[in-house]
Amino acid sequence: MTFKSKLGGALLAAVMSTTALQGAFAADDTIKIGVLHSLSGTMAISETTLKDVMLMLVAEQNKKGGVLGKKLEAVVVDPASDWPLFAEKARQLISKDKVAAVFGCWTSSSRKSVLPVFEELNSILFYPVQYEGEESSRNIFYTGAAPNQQAIPAVDYLAKEEGVKRWVLAGTDYVYPQTTNKILKAYLMSKGVAESDIMINYTPFGHSDWQTIVSDIKKFGSAGKKTAVVSTINGDANVPFYKELGNQGIKAEDIPVVAFSVGEEELAGLDTKPLVGHLAAWNYFQSVDADVNAEFIKEWKAFTKNDKRVTNDPMEAAYIGFNAWVKAVEAAGTTNTDAVLDSIIGVSVPNLSGGTSTVMPNHHITKPVLIGEIQADGQFDIVQETAPVVGDEWSDYLPDSKNLISDWRKPMSCGNFNVASGKCGGKGS
Amino acid sequence: MMIKFFLRVFFLCVVSALALPSYAQSGAGADPRSLIDALSKADFGEAEKLIGQLAATGDARLVPALNAFSEGDLYFRKSDNLVFIGKSAGSNYELIDPVTGASAGQAAKNAVTKIKINNSLRRVIRSAMGGLTLLSPDRGVRLQAADAVLRSPSAENLELLETAISKETDGEVKARMVEARAVSLLSSDRSVDEKRAAIQTIKNYGGRNAIGILMGASASLDPSLKADVDAAIASIESGQRLWDIGQNVWYGVSLGSVLLLAAIGLAITFGVMGIINMAHGEMVMLGAYSTFVVQQVIRDSAPGLFDWSLAIALPVAFLVTGAVGFVIERGVIRFLYGRPLETLLATWGVSLILQQTIRSIFGPTNQEVGNPSWMSGSFPVGGMTITWNRMWIIAFSLSIFVALLVVMKKSSFGLNMRAVTQNRRMASSMGIKTPWVDAFTFALGSGIAGIAGVALSQIDNVSPNLGQSYIIDSFMVVVFGGVGNLWGTLVGALSLGVLNKFLEPSVGAVLGKILVLVLIILFIQKRPRGLFALKGRAVEA
Repeated sequence: MTFKSKLGGALLAAVMSTTALQGAFAADDTIKIGVLHSLSGTMAISETTLKDVMLMLVAEQNKKGGVLGKKLEAVVVDPASDWPLFAEKARQLISKDKVAAVFGCWTSSSRKSVLPVFEELNSILFYPVQYEGEESSRNIFYTGAAPNQQAIPAVDYLAKEEGVKRWVLAGTDYVYPQTTNKILKAYLMSKGVAESDIMINYTPFGHSDWQTIVSDIKKFGSAGKKTAVVSTINGDANVPFYKELGNQGIKAEDIPVVAFSVGEEELAGLDTKPLVGHLAAWNYFQSVDADVNAEFIKEWKAFTKNDKRVTNDPMEAAYIGFNAWVKAVEAAGTTNTDAVLDSIIGVSVPNLSGGTSTVMPNHHITKPVLIGEIQADGQFDIVQETAPVVGDEWSDYLPDSKNLISDWRKPMSCGNFNVASGKCGGKGS
Repeated sequence: MMIKFFLRVFFLCVVSALALPSYAQSGAGADPRSLIDALSKADFGEAEKLIGQLAATGDARLVPALNAFSEGDLYFRKSDNLVFIGKSAGSNYELIDPVTGASAGQAAKNAVTKIKINNSLRRVIRSAMGGLTLLSPDRGVRLQAADAVLRSPSAENLELLETAISKETDGEVKARMVEARAVSLLSSDRSVDEKRAAIQTIKNYGGRNAIGILMGASASLDPSLKADVDAAIASIESGQRLWDIGQNVWYGVSLGSVLLLAAIGLAITFGVMGIINMAHGEMVMLGAYSTFVVQQVIRDSAPGLFDWSLAIALPVAFLVTGAVGFVIERGVIRFLYGRPLETLLATWGVSLILQQTIRSIFGPTNQEVGNPSWMSGSFPVGGMTITWNRMWIIAFSLSIFVALLVVMKKSSFGLNMRAVTQNRRMASSMGIKTPWVDAFTFALGSGIAGIAGVALSQIDNVSPNLGQSYIIDSFMVVVFGGVGNLWGTLVGALSLGVLNKFLEPSVGAVLGKILVLVLIILFIQKRPRGLFALKGRAVEA
């Protein structure tokens, strides 16, 4: 036992000294960036892919000569789907590894957990996933969709193209679906939809028995008005949900389902033949017909050495965030947080749908909204593409936030400016 | 309009398919080929009009083209904007003429563009195809056509339906057509009396769909019919109420059977042996992954056997997870008998190791496990819908239960097992090799968890996290049913399932689950040993 512990101690010391040495060497000729995605636990299913994308982007950038003449080095940590651990790992990345910026998080809970750390230590986080809005931090860039870049255009499409009059808002019981559904309900009612024509339904995480809910949806849909389901069902619960829809014979022509959390990766675990015609709204689909996208898919398949790997929307958001950061660092000539925060606003980089995305003063970006129908091969057929939309951090449809705007340019530098009272401050941070 | 319809019907019935082209050209005034070619430049709105015109030609030869369009198999050649049905053939498409069905050679995939389709177009096509195939000589096609017209009713199909009904000889098809006619009639300009009769017809068919149809039509109907519609809806709903209760019981039994499947392996390892086995969920997960691997092999080497894949996966999963269970017992658990806390921690560690191993081998994403054809879809029983996969899972979990009961009560291994768990020292004195009985009992429990995984792969995600979502439920069922009693596990699983499903519609899934947990806590306070407590000296040991 004593021998073992001595050995362990020696090993530990050896490991620590090598990392310390590496750190000392690295300081001069590399720039470190942090990758904060869960590689184990429940969220690993989604987040591991983003870690791989970041490694690919770093490798590509280094091939092009790095940034400011220095090589990039990705520091990967595993917060293990544990929200408090996200904050610890973020602190470790910023204080100990001295990273210039962090790319990471998936769930809103993990973002809320690290937000105070980034503000306290004044570092930068790029957050690549669609979220519920109602937040704007000086130190966070939201490259995923805000509700107005995903949910509202999707509902508009259904109302206009499919003539939907009756709505089921089904979601998993946590902050993103709750807030999105609140916004959607307010939006639909402002468009003249009666409250009795909206059914809101929440299920626990990982819900696997959908029989009752699917038959409730069927019942709600047999009121003589065209009905659609707006799904904010998260992650693993989707597969059993779609299987039950298929088995109970709900066809997309009768009751279409539009989902905000189902992309190519989620469909990879599913036989999509019974689901053809159900919809998803994103800012990117793998099936986008653009040269830059074809190039990206090729690189991704080569990098993962797997011809079957698919690309999805959060990957595009990571791509945009990374390139915007590189461009901002090169414009500022330094990786200093304050300088980059100033130079990044207004930066435009190509997105994967063939256009460009610009970082706005509210730390959100512009991007087009695509509506796609599920195909038998697990891909999406794009049926509508909008002009680029600016992410709206404070929803105009919620009474609490409709007067708030965010603008991080000087001299305003405020994440929650109240246009009614003319003061900075109000709900949220 | 009327004349055109009668003409169309007349020709469809009397003139053979060969004579149709001449009619199509003279009658509708538009050449179907040029209509189809116009699809290459049409947006969704224009395409809808074109489909309407295609349907109006009454040309049954267009059915394959429309079908291909709704399946997304219609392409236009970029060089000349001509439209073809495309079938994938290697890196090329095999082009087929949409009207004549003749082959038109091959084209490279980038030389053609797919014609876009969306849900509203699919609906229009469904209705158009229904109209075109109502008089088909094939019974199955006619039934489908009647269904299609029923789901997308339009007044324009009315005359056609009436002709079809008068010609129809098959009872089931005719009944469907009569229903479709009644539904179509509601949106037509027929007399109030005819509509009243149609409402009665729809009422007699009943079901959820009938309510939807009546509610949808009520707004546009003559005010004098409102009372009839309301009465019909009320009558259908009162008939439906009983079926709804039946449906809830069915859902409950089905959820219960899933709980039973997940818990039955644990009923042995925890219930009989008393091991707090946190790695139980991972055994289920390994079973599901075995199914995945078996299906991959079948897909690659013998696709014809796919419908048998689950039957082949069962013994594979049982052996794989049984072996893993055996190794865990010999390698970890046997050193920890009598130390429940250490067992809990050690098996929890084992579960993390197994999860991460699977994640490293297969990746963190879901794997696709296909449903064999006999497990897809549903069938109606009165006012209920029963899905095949749930029905098979109920049958499957009950048969596993019976098989396990037989092994426990009738086999010599079962006798040894019970002897060891009831009085280890006495059993050992009688010459039973208790360590081996322990190892094989644990392997049996693990193997059964594995075959549960085969069944669960049909309704849930096959991902490394699969087991975690079942471990709590499994313990809940075993503790609630009474530790050490298989019958307790059965009754516990079924009653929890039914309770859950009766709470869910009224309080929602989230609160329903919480309420069930609260009820179990209260129940355990009252009866700490569960529903079926073991009695006698074995309990005290």
